[in-house]
Amino acid sequence: MVSLLDIIGPVMVGPSSSHTAGACRLGLIARALVGGTPERAKVELHGSFARTGTGHGTDRAIAGGLLGYHPDDERLRESLTAAEKAGLEITFENTKIRGESHPNTTRITVTRDGRTATMVGSSLGAGRILVTSIDGFPVDVSGAYTTLVVVAKDLPGIVAKVATILAEENVNLATLRVSRQRKGGEAIHVYELDSPPAGAATDRIAALSAVQTVRVVERVA
Amino acid sequence: MFDSILEAVEAAERDGISLGELAIRREAEAGLRTREEVESNLHRALDVMRNAVERGLEGDLRSVSGLVGGDAAKLAASNGPLSGTPFVTALAAALAVQEVNAAMGVIVAAPTAGGAGVLPGTLLGLAKHRGSSDHELVMALATAGLVGAVVAVRASLSGAEGGCQAETGAAAGMAAAAGVELLGGTPRQAMHAVAVTMQGTLGLVCDPLGGLVEVPCVYRNATGAAMALAGIEMALAGVGFPIPVDEVIDTMGEIGREMDVRYRETAGGGLAATPTGRRLAKERLVQLKPRPRSRKS
Repeated sequence: MVSLLDIIGPVMVGPSSSHTAGACRLGLIARALVGGTPERAKVELHGSFARTGTGHGTDRAIAGGLLGYHPDDERLRESLTAAEKAGLEITFENTKIRGESHPNTTRITVTRDGRTATMVGSSLGAGRILVTSIDGFPVDVSGAYTTLVVVAKDLPGIVAKVATILAEENVNLATLRVSRQRKGGEAIHVYELDSPPAGAATDRIAALSAVQTVRVVERVA
Repeated sequence: MFDSILEAVEAAERDGISLGELAIRREAEAGLRTREEVESNLHRALDVMRNAVERGLEGDLRSVSGLVGGDAAKLAASNGPLSGTPFVTALAAALAVQEVNAAMGVIVAAPTAGGAGVLPGTLLGLAKHRGSSDHELVMALATAGLVGAVVAVRASLSGAEGGCQAETGAAAGMAAAAGVELLGGTPRQAMHAVAVTMQGTLGLVCDPLGGLVEVPCVYRNATGAAMALAGIEMALAGVGFPIPVDEVIDTMGEIGREMDVRYRETAGGGLAATPTGRRLAKERLVQLKPRPRSRKS
């Protein structure tokens, strides 16, 4: 359903809901994948992001997202300077992402505390986004929900265990998608949640023997 | 929300309420937010719109390329044949918001950033002369949201999909309905205002220089507000439009689907492809200069 507040909103720094607000949200998701401001980020811009990004502030918007700024934060304008001060080293590259059809797409690789994460995401218009890949696994993350990203061994019963913990911690599941690179290898679970999970829930999930990483991506839209 | 303006008008008439009230009730019934939350979000949007108008009218802002800025203040200070009327106040306010947007200031995408000046320009222009209350303005924003939601479902709200008729055109239709209700018109008059306004923006292409939200976008927000004011004035005088509003919106969608890609935000045609458009894009718009392959910031 189209919400009234999707039409009268979002409140955002201009000039483009897709090239600025959406780009900022993609930066916020990359930040969440390493749990805070990264030390290094490589931002690859594809299609219209590469062609018209600078004039639309796409670089500043993504840098702002990596720093934890939201689309309505006026600090977005000066985020490249702020990134330097915060010790965040960003490189921008224009590239062609193979197999990518959406014109406003970026691949962001971030490193923090020895942890590296890579994501590919597109800005769909009106500030809406879709992350289509995390660490090489295909996903669908819209950022409209608090999202739990779990990487685990591809063994029977893991999803049930995670879902049980979420239920016991009183967190309702909106959507769930599991994908893997190969049978018996690693699988990625993406849980979109109606409310943020408490620390206890993520600790219990992280303690499951098959689970390798648990990341919470806060709602960005 | 609704997928037909006519259905919404009939529902509002049955309950004896405005389209704005109907929209807020529907939104609350959907269950994601309470009525209070919806209203408080719209109040915040109104505050941001008002601040953007004030900021733009100061006249010192320049866009990223330096091509636009300062025109809102020029118009507001002018002594033209229509100065002092809601018409000129609305045009100046629409320019102001879009100048703020082009300078990376804070605006409300309504429905998009590229068309963000039309609705606040029209409503705050009228409100300044009528002394409308914040509550009345919030209800009018809800009316606009209902119209935008129908356009989103039946046609499109994206210049890349449907040309400028889907951005400033849709915004003008939204502003027309909102303006009619703000001035005390009926839901049916609001519906006629949408039809009269949007028939006037059919076929409008999206042809920004260099693909940037600057030229003609800033100016087109002012002319979009003018179109909305024409629809409001005619509808309040009892003028209707022979083609039903939902069919006008469908027509906008059909034209958008048939529109060549050069006219859908790609800078491949229209004003963007004129000799001067190309020259300005090359000289002034940073994004068309070849960027270094890799850049440290």
